[in-house]
Amino acid sequence: MGLFILRRVGIMILTALCLTFVVFFMTNLYPNLEKLAKTQGNFRMSDEAVASWLEKGGYLQSTPKKYLEWVGLAPSYQHQAEDGTVTGRCITPGMKPEDAPRFCGILQGYWGYSSVFKDEVSSIIATRLSLTGILMFWVMLVMVPSALILGVLAGMKEGSATDRTLSTVAITTTATPEYVSGVLFIAIFSSSAVGLKWFKGTATSAMESPNLENFLLPVVTIALYGMGYIARMTRASMTEVMTAQYIRTARLKGVSFPNIVLKHALRNALIAPFTVIMLQFPWLLNGVVIVETLFNYKGFGWTLVQAAGNNDIELLLGVSVVSVLVVLITQLISDIGYVFLNPRIRIS
Amino acid sequence: MDPLSWTGKIAFLDPILFIALGLLGLSVLVWIVLSAVLPENRAINVAGGSASLSSGPRELTALAVKAAFLATTAVIAAYLVLGVIMGTGAGIIGAIAQQFISVWIALVLLFTLSITFKRRLGLYGKLFDSPIGMIGFALVMFWVFTGFFGAMDMIITHDPLTQLSGLKNKVPGTPLRSPEEGDFHWYLLGGDNLARDVFSRMVKGAWEVVKIAPLATLFAFMVGITLGLPAGYFGGKLDTFLSFLANLILAFPVILLFYLLVTPEIVLTGLPQYMAIVLFAFPLIFFYVLINSRFRTQPKKNFLWLAIVLLPLLILYLMVINDPGSKVDILPVVLDWIDIPGGILVVFVSVVFVNSPTVFRIVRGLALDIRTRDYVAAAQTRGERPWYIMLWEVLPNARGPLIVDFCLRIGYTTILLGTLGFFGLGLPPESPDWGSTINEGRKLLSIYLHPALPPAFALLSMVLGLNLLADGLREESLKD
Repeated sequence: MGLFILRRVGIMILTALCLTFVVFFMTNLYPNLEKLAKTQGNFRMSDEAVASWLEKGGYLQSTPKKYLEWVGLAPSYQHQAEDGTVTGRCITPGMKPEDAPRFCGILQGYWGYSSVFKDEVSSIIATRLSLTGILMFWVMLVMVPSALILGVLAGMKEGSATDRTLSTVAITTTATPEYVSGVLFIAIFSSSAVGLKWFKGTATSAMESPNLENFLLPVVTIALYGMGYIARMTRASMTEVMTAQYIRTARLKGVSFPNIVLKHALRNALIAPFTVIMLQFPWLLNGVVIVETLFNYKGFGWTLVQAAGNNDIELLLGVSVVSVLVVLITQLISDIGYVFLNPRIRIS
Repeated sequence: MDPLSWTGKIAFLDPILFIALGLLGLSVLVWIVLSAVLPENRAINVAGGSASLSSGPRELTALAVKAAFLATTAVIAAYLVLGVIMGTGAGIIGAIAQQFISVWIALVLLFTLSITFKRRLGLYGKLFDSPIGMIGFALVMFWVFTGFFGAMDMIITHDPLTQLSGLKNKVPGTPLRSPEEGDFHWYLLGGDNLARDVFSRMVKGAWEVVKIAPLATLFAFMVGITLGLPAGYFGGKLDTFLSFLANLILAFPVILLFYLLVTPEIVLTGLPQYMAIVLFAFPLIFFYVLINSRFRTQPKKNFLWLAIVLLPLLILYLMVINDPGSKVDILPVVLDWIDIPGGILVVFVSVVFVNSPTVFRIVRGLALDIRTRDYVAAAQTRGERPWYIMLWEVLPNARGPLIVDFCLRIGYTTILLGTLGFFGLGLPPESPDWGSTINEGRKLLSIYLHPALPPAFALLSMVLGLNLLADGLREESLKD
C-alpha cells in the first residue's frame, strides 16, 4: 500500500511538472511577452525597447532555464544595468542585491506579482480560492446526495417507471450545460420580464454574505450539470449490484426489499460513484469558470478569465498551478479511496 | 403591418395543448407512484390454471401515459400542420413552421423511408424500434437539416448580420418599420441588441455546429483509435507512455487550455497550425494502416486501394493545413483551393485535442478486453500481423460502444463549442453560433429574454437529442 501511494505521488509530481511546463511555455511565447512589455511599459515601444525591457526582466533566457527559475530550482536571474544597479526577480524594491535570496520561485513561496490586480499573486489566489471554496462546498452539498439518491432510486428496479423517469431527468441535466441552465434560471427566476424575481441574477453580494436569495442559482446551476452524470454512474453501478449473486441469496433468504437495498446493495454500489465524483473535479472547475462569469461571482474561475484575458502571465501561471494541483490531488484521492473502499483489493 | 401574436388564428388550440400537457404530467406521476407502491407483477399468472397476462392498474396507467403522450404529440403536430398551411395567419408559431417547411419535408421523407426499410438497415434500422431513440434521432436530424438548409439560405428570413433600424431589442413578432420589396415583414423571434434577427441567427448558428462538431468528433476518434488500439493490444511500455500523455491532457482544465490555445498571440506563433499538422495526419495513418494490413499480400489490389483512398486525402490534408501568409505555407497559391478561416481551424484543432484522450482511453479499455477473446487467439494462430488483428478483428467488435460514445461525444463537442463561443474565444465576434449569441443575450437578460433564449433552447434540444439517440442505440445494441 505504501509503495502504491508513493508511486502515485511520484507520477503526480511528474505530471504536475509537465503540465506547468506546458503552461509556462505557452504563456512565455514571444508574442505574449511582447504584449506584456507593451502593457507594462509603453504601447508605442519600438522593437529594440521591447527587447531591452525583456532583457532586463530576464525574459529572454531559454525557456527551460526560465522555468527552473520560476519553480525555484535554479538561481534567479539578475540584471546588471550600465550604472551598476542590480535588479532581479528576487530583489524587492528597497532591498540590497546582496541580501536578496538566490532562489525565488513557487517552491520558495514567491508566486509573482499580478499586473492587472496590482497585488501579490499568492494573496489574490488565497482570497479568490476561499470564495470558490464556499461555492464548491455548497455545490457538493447539493449535488452529491441528490445524485446518489437519484441514481440509487433509478437503479433499484431496472426498467421500472421510476427508473425510466429518473433516467430521463438525468439525461436532460447532462444535456444542459451551465451557460444554458444558468441563462434559463436567470430568465425564469430573476428577470423582470417574467416577473417572479425570487432570486438574484448576480451573486456579487454573495461574496460577503451568501444567502439563499443570491447564492441558490449559481449553486444549482453547477450542481445540475454534474448531477446527471454522477446519477447515471450510480444507476449503472446499482443495477449491476442488484443482479449479483449475494443479492439473490438475500432475496431467497426472505430479506425485505428495503433491507436488501440499504444493507446489502448500497455499500457496494457506492464504490464506483466515489471515483466518479472525485474525477468530476476537472469538469466542475470548468463549470465554476462559466458560472462565476455568468453570475459575476469574483472567485477563482473569474480570476482565471481575467488573468487569461488580460495577459497577466504570473497570475495565470499561479492559477494554473493551483487548478492542476487540485485536479491531480483529487485523482490521487480517488485512486487511494478506491483501494480502501473496495474490499476485494483491501483484504488481498 | 400589425405585430404578430404567438398563435394568431389557431389560438383555439392553446387550451387543448394545456389540457393534454396536464394529463401527461398527471399520468406520469400516477405511473411512478403506482410502480413504487404496487407489488411487482408475477411473470406467470396461474389463476384458473391458465397462464394469462395480468391487466392490473399498472398496465392501465402505462396505457394512460401512452395515450396522453400521443394526444400531446397530436396537438403539437396540429399546430405545425396548421402553421405550415396558414403561415403568418397562425401567428409566430405558424410563420416559423412555414419557414421550416423544407426541414419538415426532409424529416418526413427520412422517417418514412427508414421505417419502411428498417429490417434491412442493421443497427440504424433497429433504432426505429426504440421510442427514445426515435425522439432523439428526430431532434438531431431536425437541427442537421436546419443547418444544411440554413446554410443554403432557405430557412432564414433576414440576413443574420444585417441591422435594421428601429428593431433593437424588439419583442418577437415585431413588424419591420419600412420593409422593402421581397423582404419578410416581421422579426419572428425579435431583434437582438444590435437590431439583428434572432430567428435567422439561431438558424445560421445550427450550421456552425453541424459543420464543426461531427467532423471534429470524427477526427478525435481517428486519433483515439490509431493510438488506443496499439496501447491496449501491445500493452507494456508503449501503453504506459501513451496513457501518461492522455492523462496529462485530461488533467488539464479544459477552459485553461482553450484560453492558452485560442488567444490571437498564440495563433500568431503558428502553434495551432503545427498541432493541426499532427492531428490531421492521423486519418491518413489510420487509412493507410487499415488498407495495407488487409491487402498486404496482394500488392496490386493494395496499391489500387491505397491510391484511391490516400491520394485525395493527402491532397485535402495539404490544402487544409496550408494557409498562405502564415507559418505553414508550402503549397503554391494556385493549388490551395480550400481556405479555412483561421478562427475555425483553431477552434477545430483545440476541440479535437481535448476530445481525443478520452476516446483513446475508451478504445484502449475495449482493446484490452477484446484481445483476450478466442477469435483474436485464432487470428494469432493463423499468423496474422498485429495491425490486421487490431483493425480487422478487434475494432469491428468494439463498434457498439464506440458508436454510442460517438453520439454522446458529438453532444459534448457541441457543448464545448458553445463554451468557446460563450467566452468569445476563436470565432469572430459577429458569428451567429449559439454560444456567442447566448453570451450577448445574457447581458440584458433581466429586461429582454428573447435574444438569449432561442439559442439556449436550440443547444439544449440538440444535445438532448444526441444523448437520447445514444441511449436508444445502446439499448438496441444490447438486445443482440
